[in-house]
Formats: sequence, C-alpha cells, structure tokens
Amino acid sequence: MRSVCKKLYIAFILLLLYAPIITLVVLSFNASKTRAKWGGFTMKWYGSLFKNEQIMGALYTTLLLAILSALIATLIGTAAAIAMNGMQAKARMYFTAVTNIPMLNADIVTGISLMLLFLAFDAVFGFKTVLLAHITFNIPYVILSVLPKLKQTNRSVYEAALDLGATPVYAFFKVVFPDILPGVLSGFFLSFTMSLDDFIITHFSKGPGLDTLSTKIYTEVKKGIKPEMYALSTLMFMTVLVLIVLVNYIPDAGSKLQKEKALKE
Amino acid sequence: MLTDNKLIQLDHISKSFGGQLVLDDLDLYIRENEFITLLGPSGCGKTTTLRILGGFETPDQGTVWFDGKDITNLPPNKRALNTVFQKYALFTHMTIAENIAFGMKIKNKPKSYIDDQIKYALKLVNLDGFENRMPDSLSGGQQQRIAIARAIVNEPKVLLLDEPLGALDLKLRQDMQYELIRLKNELGITFLYVTHDQEEALTMSDTIVVMNQGYIQQIGTPEKIYNEPENAFVADFIGDSNIISATMIDDYLVEILGARFKSTDAGFGKNKPVDVVIRPEDVELVAPEEGTIRGTVTHVIFKGVHYEMEVMANDHEWLVQSTSMFPVGTPVGIKVDPFNIQTMHKPESEDEEAIGVEE
Amino acid sequence: MKNKKHLLSFPYLFWSAGFILIPLCMIFFYGFTDKQLHFTFENVASVAEPENVKALLISILLALISTAICVLLAYPLALILSRSAIKNSGFMIFVFILPMWMNFLLRTLAWQTLLEKNGVINMILSFLHLPNLNIINTPYAIILGMVYNFLPFMILPIYNALVKIDPNVINAARDLGANGLQTFLYVIFPLSIPGLISGITMVSVPALTTFVISDMLGGGKILLIGNVIEQEFKQANNWHVGSGLSIVLMLFILLAMGLTAKYDKEGGSYF
Repeated sequence: MRSVCKKLYIAFILLLLYAPIITLVVLSFNASKTRAKWGGFTMKWYGSLFKNEQIMGALYTTLLLAILSALIATLIGTAAAIAMNGMQAKARMYFTAVTNIPMLNADIVTGISLMLLFLAFDAVFGFKTVLLAHITFNIPYVILSVLPKLKQTNRSVYEAALDLGATPVYAFFKVVFPDILPGVLSGFFLSFTMSLDDFIITHFSKGPGLDTLSTKIYTEVKKGIKPEMYALSTLMFMTVLVLIVLVNYIPDAGSKLQKEKALKE
Repeated sequence: MLTDNKLIQLDHISKSFGGQLVLDDLDLYIRENEFITLLGPSGCGKTTTLRILGGFETPDQGTVWFDGKDITNLPPNKRALNTVFQKYALFTHMTIAENIAFGMKIKNKPKSYIDDQIKYALKLVNLDGFENRMPDSLSGGQQQRIAIARAIVNEPKVLLLDEPLGALDLKLRQDMQYELIRLKNELGITFLYVTHDQEEALTMSDTIVVMNQGYIQQIGTPEKIYNEPENAFVADFIGDSNIISATMIDDYLVEILGARFKSTDAGFGKNKPVDVVIRPEDVELVAPEEGTIRGTVTHVIFKGVHYEMEVMANDHEWLVQSTSMFPVGTPVGIKVDPFNIQTMHKPESEDEEAIGVEE
Repeated sequence: MKNKKHLLSFPYLFWSAGFILIPLCMIFFYGFTDKQLHFTFENVASVAEPENVKALLISILLALISTAICVLLAYPLALILSRSAIKNSGFMIFVFILPMWMNFLLRTLAWQTLLEKNGVINMILSFLHLPNLNIINTPYAIILGMVYNFLPFMILPIYNALVKIDPNVINAARDLGANGLQTFLYVIFPLSIPGLISGITMVSVPALTTFVISDMLGGGKILLIGNVIEQEFKQANNWHVGSGLSIVLMLFILLAMGLTAKYDKEGGSYF
C-alpha cells in the first residue's frame, strides 16, 4: 500500500513535469493552426519546418551560440577550476564569490547589467554580445562541475607521475585529466543546455534582427506560435532523449567496471 | 562476573544477499557479562551477525533469542542493546551533549537525570567538559569515545561494537583497547565486538569466535584459540605459524618432513595424514647434531624484541623467532617441544575446510 | 610549477572582472544617477510609487507561495527517491534536466493550452463531473507556471542532501530508540536543511524576478516587479529607473538569502 502511494506520487510529479511536453508533441501533429482546436493528425508541419527560413535561421543561431559558448566556457572554466584547486584560501575566495554571483543573482539583473556594459562600450548588439553573455553565465556551471572532480583526484598519483619523470603538462593530461573528464563533459553539456534554454539574458543582450529560438518564440507569442515551432521542439527533444539514453548506458557500463576494479583493489 | 547465563542465542541463522550466502546455519550463544569477539576476514559474516543482533537486518532463517524472548523481527528501537558504529555515525548537527542525550530524550527521561548521565558518561570516556563541542571539531579517537558514551547512557544489556577502532591509528588503537576493557569492567555489561584484527581480539576478549565464509571456525578463549587452533585457517589467521603436512604414525608420535617428533596428541589413528601447527617462537634452534631435523639459516631480520629467521630444512622453509641470532648460512638443528606441536585433522574437501570441526 | 598553474586562472580573472563585476557596478552607477549623470536617490526611491509597490508586493507574495508549494511537493519526492533503489544521480539529472531541451517558453505556453476554458484539464474535469478550473490569466496560473518551471531546482538539492546522509547515522538513531517519525524529525530532516536552503534560494530568486511567466500565463494583466524593470529597459529606455529598481530587487534577494542563512544557524537545536 505504501509503495503504491509512493509510486503514484512520483507519477504525479512526473506528469506535472512532462504534461506540457506531451502537449507540445501532440500539437506538432495538429492539422489545425490554432492551439485550441484539434484539427486531425498531420505531419505537414515537419515538412514545412525545413522550408521556413526564419525558424531555420533562429535554429542555426541558437545551436551555434550554444556550441561556441559551451566550448569557450568549458575551456576558461576548466582552466579556472584547475587553478582554483591549488589556490590559497584568499585568492580562492574571490573566485568562489565571483562564480556565485551569476548563479545566485536573478537572470534579469545579470541581463541588464550586461546590457548596460555593452551600451557603455557602444557595442553593436548582435551575435557577439549574446555570445559574450552566454559564455559569462556558462563558466560557473563548468567550474562547479569540474571542481568536485578535482577534489576527488588523488594528488599522489599526479606527483607519482612527476616522480617517474613526466613533465607537468604530460602528467596532467595522462593522469589528472582522465579523472576530471566526466566533470568537464557534464560542465559542457550543462552549459550547452543552459545556453539553448536561455531567454532572459539573450533578451537583454541581443539586437534587432538577431533571433534565437527563445526570442523568436517570445515575439510570436502575441501573434500566435507557428505550428512548425512545435514540430522543431519535438524533433530536438526526441533527438536529445535518444542521445541521452545512449550516452547514459555507456558511462553506466564504464562506472560499473570502475567499481569492480575498486573492489578488487 | 562471567556467568553461565545465556543472554543471547542465535539459533540456526542463515542470511544471503543477492543470492550470495553470507551466514549459513549459524549457532552462537553469548553469556551475560561476556566480552565476546567475532573475528574474521572481511566478508566472513561477522558484521552481518552484528547487524542481525542490532535489528538492522532480518535473517532469512533462524531465530534470535534475547533473555528468553524471540526478538528476530523486533525493530532496532525496541531492543535493549545499543551499537557503536564503524566510523562513529555521530549526529553532526548536534552538540556532544545532544548526541549523548538523544536516546534518553526519546525515552522521555527527566532533564536532571539526562544531565547527570551526560556528565557521568563524559567522565567515563575521559572527555569531561566536551558538552558543547560539535562532533566535527573532535579527533577520530574522541569521536569514537562519544559514540561509546552515546550508547552506554541508555544502559543497554549488550553493547555491540562494529570495528570501532578500525579508523584510528595504531597507538590510539592500543590505548583504546585498554579503555574498552576498563569500560567493560566498570559497566558490567556484555560486549559483542567485531573486528578483523587478531591482536585486538586476543587482547580484549573473554571469548573469541573465529569466522570464515559464513561459518564459525572455532570458539574459545584467546589462549585456546592461539595455542590450540582447530584447523589450518584459524592457525593461519591468528598469529604467524608453520603449518606443515604430516603423518600421525601412532599416538604421541608424528612424522614431519620425514623426521619423527614426539607429540602429546593421541586418538588420530595409525598412519593418518594430519596438519601440524608450530608457532615460530616454539621452534628451537640448536647445534645440528642435537636437532630432530637439520637445516640452514637463509634469512635474518631484526624485529626489536626478537630475531625472525627462515630456516631451510628438509625442503621446507621454517619460520623461527628467537632472541639469539644465527647468521645466514649457519647450519642448525631444529627441535620442538612435544607440547608445542598442535595436531589438526586434515580437511578432506574444500567445503570442510570452511566448516571446520565442531566442538 | 605553481606559478604556471596560477596562469590558468587569468582568463577567468579578466572575464569575471569584465563581465560580472564591472556590469554590476554599472547597475549601481546608473541606479544612483539621473540622465545628466548627477547623483540621485530618485531611481531607487521610485520603488515607493504605488504601482511599483503593488508590483513588488505581488511578486513577493507569489514567490513565497510558489516556493512553499515547491517545498511541499519536492521534499516527499526527494525523500522517496533517496530511499528507493534508484540511487543513480545520473538518472535524476536525466529526468529533471531533459525537459529543458524543450524550450522553456514553449513549455510554459503549453500550460495555456492545458488550462484554457476548453483545454485538456477542463475536459478531463468535466468528464469526471468535477467543477471546471478557470485559472488562466490569474495569479494562480502564474503560481502554477513558477512551480512547474522551478520545481527541479528544489528537488535536486534536497535529494542530494538526503542521499549524502550516512545510513549508519539513521541506524544509530533507530538503535538509540527513535521510531521512524522521530528519526525523520530529529536526524534526517535537520541533516537535509542545507539542501532545503539551497533549494529555497534557487526557487525564490527566479520566482521573485521573473517577467516571462507572468507575461505568458497572467495575460498581461498582472505586473510583477520583473515586468516593471523589463519595461523600463526595453520599452521606456529608462535605464536609470530600471537600474534603481534592480538595486532594490537585489536587496530583496540578499535579504532572502540572509534570512534563510540565519534560520539555518538558529535551527541548531532540535529538541
């Protein structure tokens, strides 16, 4: 009885989380152009989606932005995390505080603060400003993913590599990096997702003429969302679902192997 | 003092995890006021036995009797025994005083009583004045004492200790062993102690239960376990030893590596294969012509109290401990007092090796 | 070697100064100056204007309610999940991060479809002969949107705090005589408070400052403080007043964090 209640509760929360997603998937097959009515099943939006230059353009901008910002944030963030790990308490305090600001502050404040900065430097609001903004809010995610992994690594292993004659750079990439790689990857993945899903900060750092999927949807809300948008979202969601399921099974096998190794030792 | 009153009885206990048998038909009784130690390598089932007594596991089969009552399915909070956990398991969000008071507050004891008990318990574990400290600010040894204090203020009839000294360094571990013996004597309650450290077991226990692979190998006093191991596993696990295949020629006569030694054991039959155990400190090195077997010293290590030597004799490497040193290469004779040769039945199969011999 | 390692922090050192600290200073600069760049308190004081006070109060109220609902929904779930066989945090992140791959605006918008007069939820309610739910374009819809969007940020930290508790600490409480409820009240719950606090922070800050959810589910009728600031920047182009209001908003965020941290400390005694 108790376990049934627990399962029902989990199901209820999952329903709450996934009901809008199911709705959007259903809408993507809706022949009627309005959200309010079911006009029968159709696949036509999936076809016209690829002919809609505006949506494809926004998709291109969004993906490019997500890849570039995640990549650069991963580089800067991983380097910073490595440096922070070996820092004295005082210096580390500055970095910890500065990393917490974008994490804890409201997105709207981060957004307008960057807008004011770009205004002050007379920057042209466009792809570059949005990219800078995305990198800025992504770096903390990378740092917070990599730091715990660095703390777990055994310093003696790195020192043993040096002792055996490896250069610090070689020792790092051969001994330390494989250990923190899961953290680096999850930092990249998290950054990518955050960039993809961001609206508020993009809203304040973009200029006219540039649209990501988020800002495009925001302007369309008042006019009515084009059904192609539902089709695109469904495609993106399904792609990631399949990817994650695949990826999730591979590291799982890996971690199992590691556990067995640890047990043997 | 130790009585014959059986306080706890484990009756045909079996337990498996994920298809793997951890305890197989285990029988064990614990007497009132006993300091009993479950000793064995990891995975031998000793911790599972303790957890079954504490109520954290339910046996698949068998009954747990406590003071004549069946407590097999009683939850941990209703049992008159308390546990000192591995790695202490203190409540990190409470002060030391709150930690110690926990069990008494649950039982709604009056505040004055609780305060007195806290004072008494802290004094008992030599940590007076630590009431308002937080667990994180204490060293491992101090945390362990608090864990003990937290358990004993509830006046349990039995205290279960799950490798309580495992996380401490050597010196502290030795100090704590004396502390535990003192505590046990002051409190006058039963201690059930679980460890894989033979020295701890030999130092503190009234009774040692040697376990391996879910079976009890031998039960006895430390002296008996050390001097008269019942099988090769016990002999090997407790202390260093020479375990050698031999033949029992007749009562009181055993042939070891082709040489005949006098023995004090009888009743094995004639020309029976046996194992003999000879402790390294019981091997006497003498002039070659005086020994039962001749050999040559191959290694010498100085160990502080004695020298440890390896002697090659009749194709066997003998481990010898002696206060006098024989340099490498010295031809020596080996002599063993008949009283120091412990004869054991040879296990006939793998399985029997694990089961051992019933008392 | 050590000096070289410090070099690795330089990119982020410059980045954080240029894109985190200086921009924050800019808000303070604009917030305390007028259009002629003279020092003034007027921008900050403009929060006292009736419509701004109203927006701020509604924002605080809605943020409090939605945070409370998130706690009530998330805690039991985190407790169930932390005790279940699913000890794999990868799975947890999978389930709660996955929705983010469907655009957050679209997901919020989908609630319109679900909540509408003839929407899915009302169809189900009618089918069950239950009274219809007409909350679209009301504060209730905004609360629902906030709870929906921010719930994962409450579940994950609580779950993480709960799985970190050493099972032997729970066993110790049972061993000392505590029953299930007592073990929860005196041991499990207090040890999960850091996770709860971080969850409350992560939910209440975006709830207090959002302008999108109120835009999409409030039908444009309900202005939150986030909407006011957004309009100052994007429509009125009055960066000075917008910055002044942002300063007030940041004060409230700091206040909220301070209060929760204080509660955390005072919660030191559990009997």
